[in-house]
Amino acid sequence: MRHDVTERQAAQAGTWHGTLHGVLKANAVRLFTYVPDRVLTPLIQGAHADPHFTTVAATREEEALGIVAGAWMGGMLGVLAMQTSGFATLPNALASLAVPYQIPLLMLISERGTLGEFNLGQAMVCRTMRPVLDALGVEHHTITRLDELTFIADRSIKQAVATQAPVALILSPLLTGGKVFG
Amino acid sequence: MDTQTSLHHANRKVMNRHDLTRRLVARLHREEAVIGGIGNTNFDLWMTGQRPQNFYMLGSMGLACPIALGVALAQPGRGVVALEGDGSLLMQLNCLATIGAIAPANLLVIVMDNACYQITGAQPTATAARADLVAIAQGAGIANSHWAADEAGFEQLVERCLAQPGPHLIAARIDSQPATGTTERDPALIRQRFMRGIAVTT
Repeated sequence: MRHDVTERQAAQAGTWHGTLHGVLKANAVRLFTYVPDRVLTPLIQGAHADPHFTTVAATREEEALGIVAGAWMGGMLGVLAMQTSGFATLPNALASLAVPYQIPLLMLISERGTLGEFNLGQAMVCRTMRPVLDALGVEHHTITRLDELTFIADRSIKQAVATQAPVALILSPLLTGGKVFG
Repeated sequence: MDTQTSLHHANRKVMNRHDLTRRLVARLHREEAVIGGIGNTNFDLWMTGQRPQNFYMLGSMGLACPIALGVALAQPGRGVVALEGDGSLLMQLNCLATIGAIAPANLLVIVMDNACYQITGAQPTATAARADLVAIAQGAGIANSHWAADEAGFEQLVERCLAQPGPHLIAARIDSQPATGTTERDPALIRQRFMRGIAVTT
């Protein structure tokens, strides 16, 4: 079953980013868009290194949302990876494009602003994230454990596609280690 | 400001959005996808006839080009046109740099520049002063960016851009007339028709 796994992927086995990379591929996610984030770096590098993915570095999260929405309508499932503060720029695009047009927008959010945040602005913006998702009725899960990652991510992607609805997977510092001062 | 504008656009005719949109649609012979930006741009596209390959935005101002880029990436064999207004493009100018970086061969951006936010009360945009959207697009890496001098020039540019590898951008000065009608307002139906129109089933 794993004879086609590359050395790079083998080295990533057992990591959150290697696991997530595999779940995305297993669910035929072919477009990986992102706005850079330190914590997401290994996941982003893994996408760039894998020809399975069309990987697009966007300049803003709402631009990436538009790209993912267009790609989905064109037959290509995509993901948008970003950090907490980037999600905070998205409510209008979610409310006027992804949600009403019923687009299965897959969002991966590297959670900053909690569990050791050193920047007050990040802590403030983090508090807006879940209320915004709840207000828009967007399904979201916070992933804290590696042993739950595959189940939550795999089921969430399948549900998003089946129900034609956006979903947000919030990657807790408990899973990723987060970003610490210094 | 007026002096700057007139120098800037010395040989460029002020045209009409609905007329130019009809001329564009008449030159789409290979089921090219068209993404219509919010507002008048969208409405005049709708009023040219509801091609199944047209997508109509009802919000998310500024995202016509990113949506078109996504369609272009998903279907590299299909021509994709983003139809956008100057105000909308100014809201998301960064997307030109992304298009310049990715350089999708099948993407054409068309900007209808009336130098104002017509639909909200005709407040002037930055193109009424000194901003030149073609120069900005060229600077963003879309080398094939041109102003249409008049209707015949617009038609020639469209034909050339659809025939040759892009990305391309065409900008046209237009008058401040409102659109000739409005779209229907059912987002899910718009998406479903568009996906069927470009041969995607879910």
